[in-house]
Amino acid sequence: MDRDVIVVGWTPTPQGEAAVEAAVAEAGRRDGVLHVVNASSGDSYVDNKIASTEQLRALRDRLSGQGVEHEVVQQVGRFEPAEEILDAADRLGAALVVLGIRRRTPVGKLLMGSTAQRVLLQSACPVLSVKA
Amino acid sequence: MSQFGDLMGGFATVLSPEMLLFAVIGVTLGTLVGVLPGIGPAVTIALLLPVTYGFESPIPAFIMFAGIYYGAMYGGSTTSILLNTPGESASVATAIEGHEMAKRGHARAALATAAIGSFVAALISTGLLALVAEPVGRLAVSFRATDYFALMILALVTVTALVGSSLVRGLISLLLGVTIGFIGLDGISGQPRLTFDSPVLFNGIDEVLLIIGLFAIGETLYVLVKGRTRPGQVTPLEPVRGGFMWLSRDQWRRSWGPWIRGAGFGFPFGVLPSGGAELPTFLSYSWEKNRSRGKQEFGKGAIEGVAGPEAANNASFSGVLVPLLTLGLPTSATAAVMLAAFKIFNLQPGPQLFEENSDLVWALIASLFVGNVMLLALNLPLIRLWVKVLEIPRPVLYAGILVFATLGIYSVSGTVTDILIAYGIGVLGFLMRQFDFPIAPTILGAILGPELENQFRRALNVGNGDLTVFVTRPLSLAILLLAAAALLLPYAPRIVARLRGKDPEEAKKLAFADED
Repeated sequence: MDRDVIVVGWTPTPQGEAAVEAAVAEAGRRDGVLHVVNASSGDSYVDNKIASTEQLRALRDRLSGQGVEHEVVQQVGRFEPAEEILDAADRLGAALVVLGIRRRTPVGKLLMGSTAQRVLLQSACPVLSVKA
Repeated sequence: MSQFGDLMGGFATVLSPEMLLFAVIGVTLGTLVGVLPGIGPAVTIALLLPVTYGFESPIPAFIMFAGIYYGAMYGGSTTSILLNTPGESASVATAIEGHEMAKRGHARAALATAAIGSFVAALISTGLLALVAEPVGRLAVSFRATDYFALMILALVTVTALVGSSLVRGLISLLLGVTIGFIGLDGISGQPRLTFDSPVLFNGIDEVLLIIGLFAIGETLYVLVKGRTRPGQVTPLEPVRGGFMWLSRDQWRRSWGPWIRGAGFGFPFGVLPSGGAELPTFLSYSWEKNRSRGKQEFGKGAIEGVAGPEAANNASFSGVLVPLLTLGLPTSATAAVMLAAFKIFNLQPGPQLFEENSDLVWALIASLFVGNVMLLALNLPLIRLWVKVLEIPRPVLYAGILVFATLGIYSVSGTVTDILIAYGIGVLGFLMRQFDFPIAPTILGAILGPELENQFRRALNVGNGDLTVFVTRPLSLAILLLAAAALLLPYAPRIVARLRGKDPEEAKKLAFADED
């Protein structure tokens, strides 16, 4: 039988950490495989949500250390992060998507949009959202 | 001591709540655009030109423009240090050592030495400006048409020779600008030139249109075509370690020399037509690299390499104001845009300006002092905020610029034709960027071209049509010879290398980025 694929939207932020933590617990429960996505549309001059090579390596090491089967991918300059996550979930036939969320102001959401909201509304599979 | 009295009068004008408000707007906008790569002070002032049409007095407009320029210099150093992306070309030298310092956990010290150095240099150079401006203005009264002609040639040639990577491209840009400047009815004979018999072009192409088209619209199209790039990462600020204004005693000791020397490089190079701030910043950088006490630290984050160039680029602006105010001679793209602003208010920069509008001149000079105090107070505490600006998605940012540009053009002329012309010029500006032609010579050519022609004709009139008038007056001849030498200057490293018997291919051509 195929193992469950869990897609995680990850950024090097408290929300991202919370998501990975929840996803690891979930993977243990279901004996699932993690697919971690770190994405940026590449539209701005600076995006601190893009993980550096060291941060990606640290995450991989940590997941290996916890004995979770995983794949970590970074995608910059293709789609919006929400689309990247949905695309990965679709492609891999994910059983679950895990997201970290934070408090947003209405104005901030109006201006910049919300990755979490788009994933929640458009995902075909269940979404687990964890507040950091 | 009359200058001192005049300067105090200037302070009295500037230190009113209304003027201070314009200064705050100027330095804030300036810092914002300085932080953003690709958008420099020239574009910003161009975009704000239409706004100032509604002003009754030119003084607040110029106070704002001066604030924008200085703000852009401060903002540019911030991104150079934290992101290794110089916000504008004058900060390129700062990025080399500044970013290295930030990576080694000395970001605060680098930012502080840049800001305080800029402040110190601006005070020194503005003081020099106040001292020098009026005497130079008085000297300028004795200049004749041939001298003005020669000076303009010198300004055009030096800017063309020093910006961009190729002299030929620079000259093509320059000729393009001069040609655009000729469009319209000839001022003396009334003949239409380059108008293609279209009455729309009889008045020529408005400078505001040209500047907004080439800079704002051209840059937007360029960014659009370049598409997405991998975003950078801002180096985090380390916790405050004490010291006075983020600098330790040792760092203060190592900084003050480069600050003063940087100001010494910046001011004279600003005064001379040399294309703005790039040349003195690089001179200051290489001086500190080869001579200063910290030279063995260069490449590993030497504070001298930040302190010197930053001081030089700020000092050069006060220098640039000397020929602009006393001779009406812009020596950088930003100065050219400011010259266009003078024309909007029917002011003729030159010797008369000091007599007829001395309140404006001294208010402008006083506002430079005030603006720098504001920037020092605003910049360091608000660095986190400035860096946030870089997180704005480019589509949103440039859409805003495009809207502002279009509105601005429409508010100037009220015709759709002008908007179409500006977009046409924008496409031209995009092609120039795409194929590596410098923009600054075009702007200078278009603005100085008609004036150059005026002086040329006036000189010929006086000389009864004899072309030798330009070479028989020693001053004119000397300036023209200088201009000829300036054409060779970019190749100087190669020529020197050949004279010393080294392989000339190793020596690089002297070249600097344009835009500001």
